[in-house]
Amino acid sequence: MNTALKVFRYQVRDLARSRAIAGYAAFLLLATAGLLHFGGGPARALPSLATVVVLVVPLVSLLVSTSFVYHGNDFIELLLAHPVGRRPLFAGMYLGLALPLAAAFVLGAGIPLAVGGALASHAGAVALLGVAGVLLTTAFTSLGFLVALRVREAASGLGLALVLWLGRAVIYDGGVLLGAYGWAAYPLEVPMLVSMALNPVDVARVLVVMALDASAMMGYTGAVFQDFFGGPVGVALALACLGAWTLLPGLAARYTFVRKDF
Amino acid sequence: MTEPLAPYGGAGLAIAVRDLAKSFGTRRVLDGVDVDFAPGAVTALLGPNGAGKTTLLKALLGLVRPSAGSLRIGGAEPDDAGGLRRLVGYMPQLPHFPPHMTVRELASMLDDLRDFDGHPDEELVDALGLRGELDQPFRTLSGGTRQKVNAALAFRYDAPVLVLDEPTAGLDPAASLALKEKIRRCRAEGRTVVVTSHNLGDLDTMADAVVFLLDGRVRFHGSLADLLAETRSDTLEEAIAAITSGPSPASTGASRGDAGGVTAEGTGDGDAERRRRTDRDASPERPRVEIVR
Amino acid sequence: MHTLPLLATLLFAPMVAGRPAPPVDRLDLPAPVDTLVVATGGPWRTVGDAVRAAPRGAVVIVEAGTRREPTLVLDKPLTLVGRPGAVLDGEGERGLIRITADSVTVEGFTLRRTGLSYTDDRAAVLVDRARFCALRGLRLEDTFFGIYLANAGDCLVEDNTLAGASERETRSGNGIHLWYSTRVTIRNNDVRGHRDGIYFEFVEDSRILDNVSRGNVRYGLHFMFSDGCAYRRNVFSDNGAGVAVMYTSEVVMDGNDFRGNLGNAAFGLLLKDITDSEIVNNRFRANSVGIHAEGANRVRVAGNDFVGNGWAVKIMANSEDSEVTGNNFVGNSFDIATNSRRSYSAFTGNFWDRYRGYDRNGDGVGDVPFHPVRLFSLVVAQNEPALVLQRSPLVALLDLAEQVLPVLTPESLADEAPHLSPFATVWSSER
Repeated sequence: MNTALKVFRYQVRDLARSRAIAGYAAFLLLATAGLLHFGGGPARALPSLATVVVLVVPLVSLLVSTSFVYHGNDFIELLLAHPVGRRPLFAGMYLGLALPLAAAFVLGAGIPLAVGGALASHAGAVALLGVAGVLLTTAFTSLGFLVALRVREAASGLGLALVLWLGRAVIYDGGVLLGAYGWAAYPLEVPMLVSMALNPVDVARVLVVMALDASAMMGYTGAVFQDFFGGPVGVALALACLGAWTLLPGLAARYTFVRKDF
Repeated sequence: MTEPLAPYGGAGLAIAVRDLAKSFGTRRVLDGVDVDFAPGAVTALLGPNGAGKTTLLKALLGLVRPSAGSLRIGGAEPDDAGGLRRLVGYMPQLPHFPPHMTVRELASMLDDLRDFDGHPDEELVDALGLRGELDQPFRTLSGGTRQKVNAALAFRYDAPVLVLDEPTAGLDPAASLALKEKIRRCRAEGRTVVVTSHNLGDLDTMADAVVFLLDGRVRFHGSLADLLAETRSDTLEEAIAAITSGPSPASTGASRGDAGGVTAEGTGDGDAERRRRTDRDASPERPRVEIVR
Repeated sequence: MHTLPLLATLLFAPMVAGRPAPPVDRLDLPAPVDTLVVATGGPWRTVGDAVRAAPRGAVVIVEAGTRREPTLVLDKPLTLVGRPGAVLDGEGERGLIRITADSVTVEGFTLRRTGLSYTDDRAAVLVDRARFCALRGLRLEDTFFGIYLANAGDCLVEDNTLAGASERETRSGNGIHLWYSTRVTIRNNDVRGHRDGIYFEFVEDSRILDNVSRGNVRYGLHFMFSDGCAYRRNVFSDNGAGVAVMYTSEVVMDGNDFRGNLGNAAFGLLLKDITDSEIVNNRFRANSVGIHAEGANRVRVAGNDFVGNGWAVKIMANSEDSEVTGNNFVGNSFDIATNSRRSYSAFTGNFWDRYRGYDRNGDGVGDVPFHPVRLFSLVVAQNEPALVLQRSPLVALLDLAEQVLPVLTPESLADEAPHLSPFATVWSSER
């Protein structure tokens, strides 16, 4: 068996015992079940759940992965004293964290939706929400690894992760909104879509909007939006963007990891 | 500079460090280190805090990537895949083990990662009294016990090279003795042992040679007796103080504020005896004394 | 409503032959004296010959087969029955049936290929200044106009299927087109692929019941200057622009399903200058805009479901004294949008899924008012591309702040008694 797979397996086993991932899954489970139960059914719960996904998934993925790397630094050092290549070690570690996080999301949010019937009645929206959540998880796990590997000091790294999250989840959109007003005289469709692509939280949110607000997006006057939000092209582009947001920071993190001094 | 030494009994591997430099940002931690570690000998790496001891050890392991220079173990250079680390048993300073794993699980994980299917060297497991702790998760183990595990793991794979960073720190006297006994046996088997220690007592009983690092450079490489003679000191502390604070022959002019912090904070065991100790008979070949200029 | 065709039959029956006429249901039965059969080897070579030969009140039965002959002019009371497989083909050249006399019934034919004309009102069936007509069970394929009633009265258009082949608005006519007509019932028809599925202009006291109008290029129903009409239980789906009801008073819109009307100028229902009307028990689902109201005065909107629309209701400031109550607003991107800081209509007593208030006394009514106009809807109105920020946490914060302290949105546009649970509506069973 190759090293990456071994590291992955040990890490999953270790995480399973740490209860952090289980706690995250339990939180999502309770939140989703609560939204479904007290929110008045899937049609009302899905938008709230979408907000949870867009806010909580990046935050948890960032903080867990950042602190995981800091926490595991000594353990990484220990493993690196053995004949373990850095690339497979990184791959094993990354997947060993990203996949359990994604699984916690899918199970935590998915089980109540399946039991509550939302999966059956709103299959398309639930599927898009699920894919958006999983790719947000992997994207922000990549970013978390990158932050933790770049910033030596754990406190500043976690601080930076929080700032990154706040910036991505809230402040960035404020900038986009101001920009939309500032350049209101110009055709903004393409710039707006590009600005969405530059923020993984926005890309995931756009997927959610496709699932939940298609009627409104179709009411938009511009042809670019109509084409983007009206069909599979937009979904494919958004998924590709999230894929890139997973891959590029992930590769940057690996580059850093391979050259890092422990 | 010392001549490269022939492998002892074929079991050890010579380590050759050539013009090794390492900077962290603007800070130069290793500044052209040239040193050889001979097989069948225990070489002690000394120096004040921040002299670059741990960095040099980590460079041997590939944990730190040198900015310049070369490093060979048994003639081979480290590579990304870390194959060379199969030859090195490493005992890091203050290791952190996964809190939820048991000792046995960690050991079998490392066996697995190394594709190790031989007979592990578990001598220290018994000598350090770890048998009863094997199924305890690390979070329930005391710091001293963890350090015992750390030691046991370093020797587990019969590596021809042993790199030990502060091996006796945190160990009780009995365990410390057992570990030193193990180190001596390794030397007798011809393995290459590099050790740093704050505990000068360790050095007296084990070290065949002393390498003294200051400001990232080798300031002395030779026997302890020669070090004392060369510095006209009676004690190791005095010798270290002499090298550290005296007009440094090879001063880079970048003497830092913390350079005076000599690391001879002996833990107090056997100081007097150690200072008189000059016997180096166990050493298979005595390194030539040299003050590096 | 079901009495209307029967009524029409009873009214025109005595005029047919001066004796008790057979009820409409029995037209299939042999009526030896007045029945003429057009078939291969029969006495009449063409339908036109038979029609010309038929006495007033006769029944002309056309057997299966495709017939290409000049436009049939039905200028006397007559019942024209197509047997299954009876096809009248206009060869892209002409309309097929023109009714100029009262008390004409046409049923059972397939009518196809009128071709298009911009000079005459070319239709499969044209009713011109006639009363007491019944058109039923017809299948229209590839026609310019389908069924065209001008100056008609007391007619029944029932159980017909109209499949236009329009790709562009300019190349197609309307499916069922009424102009200056009175007391007409349009029932249980299926209209698609036309410009407007059903078109009413200057029509009075008429009913549009249980029809399906879908996939038409412009409107599913285009309705103007037609006071006192009602349309109930119809499905208007996937039309280019939805349904437009304009310049009319006293319209009843009851139990219809407006859905899938998507596009930047598409509405479930467009109201323009509508007064004293009722919009009740309808469902507006997945439309870009559920109801767009301009100059809707004294309109009661009650008991409707607004589900998954872009904007459930857009109401312009020139609408006064209308009332929106007892409706369910669920899963809409925007519930209410308006172009004014003031509200001249009432929005009290609805269920809003966005409502997050509480109900301390447990009477099912929230204790704090709900403001259904989001700040973000104003933002989007001013700056449309900002729509991509829908569901952004930032937008949610802005909306929340505005909800707590309305500064820009109409403070008076509020539901003072928002319901905490959805109302039971005629659509509840489908939820």
